Amino acid sequence: MYDFDYHKPAHRADADTLLGRDNYKPLAGGMSLLPALKLRLNRHDGLVDLGALSDLQGIRRDGDAMVIGAMTTHATVAASDLLQQALSALCVLAEGIGDPLVRNRGTLGGSIANADPGADYPAAVLGLGATVITNRREIAGDAFFTGLFETALHSGEMITAVRFPLPQKAGYAKYRQPASRFAITGVFVAQTVAGVRVAVTGAGPSVFRFAAAEAALTRRFDAAALEGLTLAPEGLNSDIHAGADYRAHCVVEMTRRAVIAAG
Amino acid sequence: MPTVAMTVNGKAVAGTVEGRTLLVQFLREHLKLTGTHVGCDTSQCGCCTVHLNGTGVKSCTVLALACAGASVVTIEGLADGDTLHPMQEAFREHHGLQCGFCTPGMIMSAVDMVRRKGNDLDAQTIRKQLEGNICRCTGYHNIVLAVQAGAAAMKTAKA
Repeated sequence: MYDFDYHKPAHRADADTLLGRDNYKPLAGGMSLLPALKLRLNRHDGLVDLGALSDLQGIRRDGDAMVIGAMTTHATVAASDLLQQALSALCVLAEGIGDPLVRNRGTLGGSIANADPGADYPAAVLGLGATVITNRREIAGDAFFTGLFETALHSGEMITAVRFPLPQKAGYAKYRQPASRFAITGVFVAQTVAGVRVAVTGAGPSVFRFAAAEAALTRRFDAAALEGLTLAPEGLNSDIHAGADYRAHCVVEMTRRAVIAAG
Repeated sequence: MPTVAMTVNGKAVAGTVEGRTLLVQFLREHLKLTGTHVGCDTSQCGCCTVHLNGTGVKSCTVLALACAGASVVTIEGLADGDTLHPMQEAFREHHGLQCGFCTPGMIMSAVDMVRRKGNDLDAQTIRKQLEGNICRCTGYHNIVLAVQAGAAAMKTAKA
């Protein structure tokens, strides 16, 4: 790991100022960024640790939505009574990330800012049609993930919270890589007032919506409605863990399981 | 270079570090607390597990400077003088180790597991909750027995 300047501002305004410097980057839980720095896949002149900004933490209900601070850990989300009652699919998702020690440290904001193709949270952000709130603006979940490890975030921008609209029903199912626990394929399904949304992570370079499944489930929100449905493997990921054909199969199967999980 | 001050195993400590210095490097190389091991250095194996403000973390993936003002407990800080912590005693009693390299991390992770999941743990829960700790001797059977006994003993010890 190359050396860098380290800052841990106590106030949001100081964080904003520091992030305006050239090649400075926010540090959340560090569960992805620090390993990337160790491998020298990344190099920054400065890291701005957001760990002291208490207003970036916590879970609260805001009308028909749940607002979760960017620095809220996966362990906190998984164990939240508030979420367990209002949006339990998110607890299931958070409980399946990495391992307990990673969940103690890793955060919602860090996960979606990194936009790993196998990360779980992007499926919830897209699947629920969430809004990503930053220090500068609000970004629709549909416009946030732009490619492999790419997001709509600008240099110097940091996520402060994510607003998840409450669905009528939601479920998440993933086929995990057994060593890393990343999603080989993960599917988040939500039935909302605006229709059914199905978001797929792990299968492609970036999280995407599965339109055919959305149409089928809009007609009837039942696993049986997916009978005979397929997804073309073109453009899906292939690696030593799973080929594109297999991932395409997994997408349909995980969609089915997510619908069952949604109840 | 910046300096960092924190509490480790109840003692105030300080040192000069770089921005990139990891907590595990600070513990092992600066404080010579070599009970915390580095197995993989890629946050997979859990050998470097310590408690940061009461929560289990992989110290190979935490910056030392991020722990300024924090309280850190390592395997060296678990025993009460010559009396082993109940989880350490359970690992001894049930022979929850083979080569011993993963053991400090296993024990620190097991104590964190009790914090999160309570004292009455079944084998399935223990195996799932130990996903962040790898034993390359594959000696999991006795580790699970030790964690189960240690968790129960912690309840008695607390009462």
